[in-house]
Amino acid sequence: MTEHDAPPKAAPVLHANTKTRRMVMRSIAMGGAVVGASLFGFFPVLRKWTPRLRPPGAIDETDFLAACIKCGQCVQVCPVKAIELGDLDEGFGVGVPYVPARAQACDFSCDAVQCVLACPTGALSHKISKKEEVRMGLARLDRPNACLARKGEGFKGVARPAPFKGVHRYPEIDRWKPVKLAEYKYDLALCDLCVRECPVPNAITLEPLSGDPADKRRTPVVHQACVGCGMCEMICPTEPASIVIDIRRKWGDA
Amino acid sequence: MMKLFSSLKVMLGAAPQRPTEYTPEAQAMMEAKRLVKGPEKARQIKAAHAEKHSHKWRNIRWATLIAVNLIFVLSYRFDVQLVEGALTASRVIGFHFADLNSAIQVMLAYKVILINLVIGTGTVLFMWWLLGGRTFCSWTCPYHLLAEIAEKIHLALAKRKMVVDYPLHRGSRTVLYVVFAALAFISGYTVFESISPTGIVSRALIYGPGLAMVWVLGLLAYEIIFIRRMWCRYICPIGLTYGFVGAVSPLRVSYSMENCLHEGDCRKVCLVPHVLDCTKKTYADDIKVAIGSDCTRCGLCIDACPTGSLKYEVKGLNRLL
Repeated sequence: MTEHDAPPKAAPVLHANTKTRRMVMRSIAMGGAVVGASLFGFFPVLRKWTPRLRPPGAIDETDFLAACIKCGQCVQVCPVKAIELGDLDEGFGVGVPYVPARAQACDFSCDAVQCVLACPTGALSHKISKKEEVRMGLARLDRPNACLARKGEGFKGVARPAPFKGVHRYPEIDRWKPVKLAEYKYDLALCDLCVRECPVPNAITLEPLSGDPADKRRTPVVHQACVGCGMCEMICPTEPASIVIDIRRKWGDA
Repeated sequence: MMKLFSSLKVMLGAAPQRPTEYTPEAQAMMEAKRLVKGPEKARQIKAAHAEKHSHKWRNIRWATLIAVNLIFVLSYRFDVQLVEGALTASRVIGFHFADLNSAIQVMLAYKVILINLVIGTGTVLFMWWLLGGRTFCSWTCPYHLLAEIAEKIHLALAKRKMVVDYPLHRGSRTVLYVVFAALAFISGYTVFESISPTGIVSRALIYGPGLAMVWVLGLLAYEIIFIRRMWCRYICPIGLTYGFVGAVSPLRVSYSMENCLHEGDCRKVCLVPHVLDCTKKTYADDIKVAIGSDCTRCGLCIDACPTGSLKYEVKGLNRLL
């Protein structure tokens, strides 16, 4: 029997069963696609594509991502708007707060770590009650050769020229009103901005580079008290910043 | 109790069943309706439709939905501190509020239960129990409004035969609910939150849009072209969470068989038409039926019904009034 002898095939009739089966197959495909899409969030997290400086009091990174309910209440209470929320490229970190230190550091001018008090889930640990207890990271002199203090140079003018939008609440001007860094002029014989504007006592000092008293050169030295708020990184007038925050690094870590 | 059970079963994906027993009143009414002949019924339907063109509840609901989200936006923008946070969790005049589904995800992932979260969950649970569970979906969720508009576009295009709806099995939402709960528990991350358009849109409104809105727009485009109201109907676990809460709410939509013409306009506008199965001929076991727990109390059916057979009702209040 050849093809031609075979009776003509009837057009396939869609039975209720076929319809249901197709619907179920479609549903499974859709479910797989949605779950698959949600699992893409693993890549940025596990591969650490976008390491972020977390707000004061943030618990261990993995727990932090789990505990954060992504509401942004911490964003809302920050007087200098230092907290931003993560985007889709951060995977499970979408909607999770971070501090973009170079653009706007946390200067603790809220006094009582407001973001910690605002957090409804304890992702920002309520065990933290003052700035000295915070551990966000550690400052590190990243580009010693660019550092003005190490070159023995002074600093005159604004630390971060316009259009830089970052602000700082200077206690000596108005404790409660943030001032734009682009509008605040300095005139320093030797640049000590990172030490001068550091909100935490004894976190950073300038030490002489040599034993010669005539030598103006000094180097910033970070001490154990450093909480990693990022103020030094924001204020550093060199481009890029000579001093940076190592995210989540603790004193004693390699 | 049986009714609650079967309403939950339907919400989880089971097909609604035609009742096996009817009350004598319902039987009498069905018999009376059978006597009305075709042409007369057509006349009745036409007459009923001539009078009724209402968007009352839709307008009230849209105004409420926009107002609620606007309060979030404005209190942040103008630093009013009336409502702080976003829809996933907030503080309303100092009181903790936490979205039930987000809270469950966090508790499953973090495995530590925090008192503030419990307080927030409790407040919200009580509020939405009072208002009716899935009320959150249609009266508050900003994605619902976007999806509602997308649904309108889908229907308009479908009418011109430019798109076709490929319905899915309603049980997929139940399966995904379990999958996302398991994923949160096993992975230790709130996996669902990273794709939840409710959270993404809410944050985009308050804190400014980002890349994540691309995902939301993609979803909407998919709903317009392929699957009518895909996310809300077949995926979103938030709806299911609130559905459980709403199963025993005092506020609900109730159906009265008396004037119903069974022409099915309510089911055409409904996001969850299976809850309106009782409006089909011989599908109501009593002359009055409370609409099941999957109902979002959106009121579209109330607006659409030309005979006023569907109404909002507060349980027990009718007896008092």
